[in-house]
Amino acid sequence: MLNIYCPHCGEHRSEEEFHYAGEAHIPRPENPAELSDEAWGDYLFFRRNPRGLHHEQWYHATGCRRFFNVARDTVTYEIHESYPMGARPSVSRDSEEAA
Amino acid sequence: MTQLTLPRAESPLHHADLPALAGQDQKGGLILREERFSALVILRGPDDDPGMRAGVEGALGAAPPTEPCSSVLGDDGTRLLRITPDEWLVFGPGTQRQDLMSRLRSALQGTPGRVVDVSSGYACLHLSGEALADVLKKSTSYDVHMRNFPPGKVVGTTFGKGQAYMLRTDADSVLVIVRRSFADYTWLWLQAAAEEYGLSIAG
Ligand SMILES: [Zn+2]
Repeated sequence: MLNIYCPHCGEHRSEEEFHYAGEAHIPRPENPAELSDEAWGDYLFFRRNPRGLHHEQWYHATGCRRFFNVARDTVTYEIHESYPMGARPSVSRDSEEAA
Repeated sequence: MTQLTLPRAESPLHHADLPALAGQDQKGGLILREERFSALVILRGPDDDPGMRAGVEGALGAAPPTEPCSSVLGDDGTRLLRITPDEWLVFGPGTQRQDLMSRLRSALQGTPGRVVDVSSGYACLHLSGEALADVLKKSTSYDVHMRNFPPGKVVGTTFGKGQAYMLRTDADSVLVIVRRSFADYTWLWLQAAAEEYGLSIAG
């Protein structure tokens, strides 16, 4: 069971209050009509599925009903941080390698 | 001749006939009272808008709280519960249902604040008794210890397999607000959860 910090409720809550909502920081293409089928398919269906640090979206379903981002390690399940939508993560692959 | 039928309000737990059970033994570890026909209004708007804040304060005697999971008491038994950064649930005695809406509507004219009456969409269950904490611990993963869940705090969390807003009204009682469609499920859940402590119904 993960213990997830919701930035809107300001406290840690148990995983069962949340829904996973997929990989974070995927920008929608500016001009979908100009994209090749392959590029559009990549945007729609293909995800990173990394071993280690992963930036992902969570939805606080039974609480504030807001989405936010989480930086989590897919191997150890350690959560590095929660941060609001629109914000940039302070923990990234580069910052982890530098540490 | 046409038979006239008068409109009749039924609370979400009408079918359980709680008033009939209320006369019975009051020694249960959990005491349940349905807050029938409470007024519930959803208020939405930006929490830093001065016009909306002043309007709400004028209508209810308290501005919407901005602290996460907090609530404030307003005039005449009303209470403002912060649900999310731009959404509050206004709870009030049922006698104020019409009044609350019209007061808020006129006070919010010209501001981005919006209100909608959701009174009939929820069931409000007032829980107390010495087994309150034990029953809550079975029902939710949220830490309901007084240290973490003091009077005035309100949280949206899981309750049984459903969702609820829980408001700690004072040291000895908690108000559980569930969707009307979950009222019967929650009632059955509480009967099972309270079985070992005894369940009493308050009128
Ligand atoms: Zn939340």
